[in-house]
Amino acid sequence: MGRYIARRLMYLVLVLLVITLFTFVIFYVLPPSDAALAAAGKLPTPEILAEVREQFGLNDPVHVRYVNFVRDIALGDEYGWPGFGISFDTRSPVKDEIFSRVGVTLQLAAGAAMIWLVLGIATGIVSALNRRKLVDRLVMGFALFGISAPVFAVGLAALYLFAYRWEISPGTGYFPLSEGFGPWFGHFWLPWVVLALQYAAFYARMVRGNLLDTMGEDYIRTARAKGLSERKVIGKHGLRASLTPIVTIFGLDFSLLLGGAVLTETVFNLPGVGQLIVRSVARSDLPVVVAVTVVAALFVSFMSLVVDILYAYLDPRVRYT
Amino acid sequence: MAETLLEVKDLKVHFNTPDGVVKAVDGVSFSVDRGETLGVVGESGSGKSVTCLTALRLVNLETADVSGEVIFKGRDLLKLKNDELRKVRGKELAMVFQDPFACLHPLYRVGDQIVEAIRTHDDCGKDEAAKRGIELLAAVGIPRPAERFEDYPHQYSGGMRQRAMIAMALVHNPDLLIADEPTTALDVTVQAQILELIDKVKQDFNIGVILITHDLGVVSDVAQKVMVMYAGRPVEVGSRDEVFRQPLHPYTWGLLESIPRVDQKGTRLIPIAGAPPSLIRVPTGCPFHPRCPHRFEPCDKEEPELVDRGGGHPDACHLTIEDKKRLWDERESRRAGKVAS
Repeated sequence: MGRYIARRLMYLVLVLLVITLFTFVIFYVLPPSDAALAAAGKLPTPEILAEVREQFGLNDPVHVRYVNFVRDIALGDEYGWPGFGISFDTRSPVKDEIFSRVGVTLQLAAGAAMIWLVLGIATGIVSALNRRKLVDRLVMGFALFGISAPVFAVGLAALYLFAYRWEISPGTGYFPLSEGFGPWFGHFWLPWVVLALQYAAFYARMVRGNLLDTMGEDYIRTARAKGLSERKVIGKHGLRASLTPIVTIFGLDFSLLLGGAVLTETVFNLPGVGQLIVRSVARSDLPVVVAVTVVAALFVSFMSLVVDILYAYLDPRVRYT
Repeated sequence: MAETLLEVKDLKVHFNTPDGVVKAVDGVSFSVDRGETLGVVGESGSGKSVTCLTALRLVNLETADVSGEVIFKGRDLLKLKNDELRKVRGKELAMVFQDPFACLHPLYRVGDQIVEAIRTHDDCGKDEAAKRGIELLAAVGIPRPAERFEDYPHQYSGGMRQRAMIAMALVHNPDLLIADEPTTALDVTVQAQILELIDKVKQDFNIGVILITHDLGVVSDVAQKVMVMYAGRPVEVGSRDEVFRQPLHPYTWGLLESIPRVDQKGTRLIPIAGAPPSLIRVPTGCPFHPRCPHRFEPCDKEEPELVDRGGGHPDACHLTIEDKKRLWDERESRRAGKVAS
C-alpha cells in the first residue's frame, strides 16, 4: 500500500512535468504574438518593450525559460512558493491571487457538492425503487431538464425570482465567512443550488441506473433467500454495490470544478478561479492563465490519485499494482 | 412413513411480457419427503428453476400471475405475509444457486456474508456467529477455514464458492435445501465433489433436497425420485429406478439417449431433434408432439394428463403401455446396434 502510493506520487510528478511543458509551449512558444506586447500595456515604445523583456526574462532562450518556469513552480520565486511570477495586468504576485480565488471556488464547489450528493443519490434511489411509477417519471423528467438547462439560464432565472421578485436571496457577490455567517450563507445558497442542480440531475440518473442494475444481480437474490428484510437487501447489499462507482465520478467532477466554475461564478459575481481565468484570458495575462492551468491540472491529478486509493479500499477486487 | 416437507399443488406461473403471456410453469404438482432427494430434470426453459424460485417467492411477482399452492410444513408459502416468509427463507428452506461466481456479494467478505445469514435468524453475538461460520466452512470441506473466512469471494475458486454457498445455506439446519443447477458452472471434477457434499449434507442433517439439473446423469447418482419437466409441466414422475429402468415418456427417452455411456462402447449420442417450444405459444395437445418421433392421432389435439397408464408410475403420453415398452426396447436395441455396425 505504502509503495503503491509512493509510486503513484512519482507518476503524479511526472504528469505535472508534462502538463507544465504543454502549458508553457501552448502559451509562450506557439502564439505568433510577442508576450512582451501583452505585458507592456498600450502603445509601448521600443524602450519599454526592451525593459519588459528584461524584467520577465523573455530574452533568454526557450529552454532556459522553461527550466526557470518549472524551477520557480517547484522551488518558489521571490514572492514565495509556488512561484508563478507576477501578473502582466496587475503587476502583483499571481500566487496570492490564485490562493484567494481557489478559496472562494472551494467554498462554492464544496457547498454545491453536498447538495448534489444528497439530492442526487436520494432521488436516484427513490426513482429506482419506484421504477416506471409516477415518482420515477417526475424525477427523471426533472433530471432531464436539469441536465439540459444551461447554468447561465437557470442562474439568471433564479436570480430574477429569488433575489429580485421574492427577495429571499440578497443577490450576487461574495462575503467571506469572517464577515458573519448570515451574509456568507445568504450570498452562497443560491449559487450552490444552481450549480448543484445540474450535477444532482446527472447523479440521480446514474444512481437510478446503477441501483436497477445491481438489484438484478444474483447476489441480491441470495440476500433475499437468506431471509433478509427488503430494507437490508436494498440498503446494504444494493446500495453498497451501486454507490461505489459514484466515488470515482464524484472525485473527478469535484476536482474539475476546483479549476473554476466559470459560468456560476460569472452569473453570481463570485471572485473565484473561473472568473479569474475569464479575465486573464481576455487580457492576455499569460502568467495567470498558465498558473490557473497548472493548478487545475494539479487538482485533477491529485484527486484521481485519492479516488484510486479510496476505490481500492472500497472494492477489494481492485489490487494495488 | 416419512414426513412430507413440501407439497406443490397445481402451480402455475405466468409472466406478463410485452410479447405475450409466458407460461413458464403450467400446472406442476409434486412432493418432497424428509431424507429424500428429488431430481427435477429438463432442458433450459422447461420451468424447473422458476418452479423452485416461486416456492420462495423469489420471482418478480409484479409481472407474474401465480396460482396453486406451495405447502411447506403445513403452510402455504404463496399466501404467507412477507415477514413470515422471511422467517422461512434461509431458516427452514434454503437455496443454493447456479452460478457461484455471481451469487456471493463481491464487496463483502465471505465470512461476513455467512455471519449475516446466521444473525438474520439467530440473536447471537458476532464472535459466536463467526465461530459457527468457521465450523461450517470446515464442514463443507474448505481448507484453513479460519483464514478463508476473512477472504473475499474473488479469492475463492468456483468450487470453493459453491461450498461456501452451501455452508451459508446450512447455517440454520434447514428442513429443505433447494439446489438450482449447483454444478452447472463448475469443472467436472468439482461437480462430483459438490454432488457428494450435497448428498452427505442430506444424510447428516436428515433434510429433504430438491436438485434441479438438466443432466439425468447427475440425477441417477444422488436422487431417489425424479420429475422430468417439459414446457412448464411434468411429463414423467417416478422413483429413480422406475424412471431409469422403464422410462415411459418419449422426451425422457430422448434425454436418456443424450447421456454419454462409457459402459457401452461405440454407442452414439442421439440428440433430441428441434428446440424447446416458445412458452408464449405452447403447441396444442401434447407440448412435445412437434419433436416426438412417435406422435399419432390425438397428440396435437388432446393434452395427455399425468397419470399412471399401467407403467407403474405416472407419465403424460398418449401411447399405450404396450407401445411404450415396445418402442423403448426398439430404441435401446437400435442404439446398441450401432455398436455392431
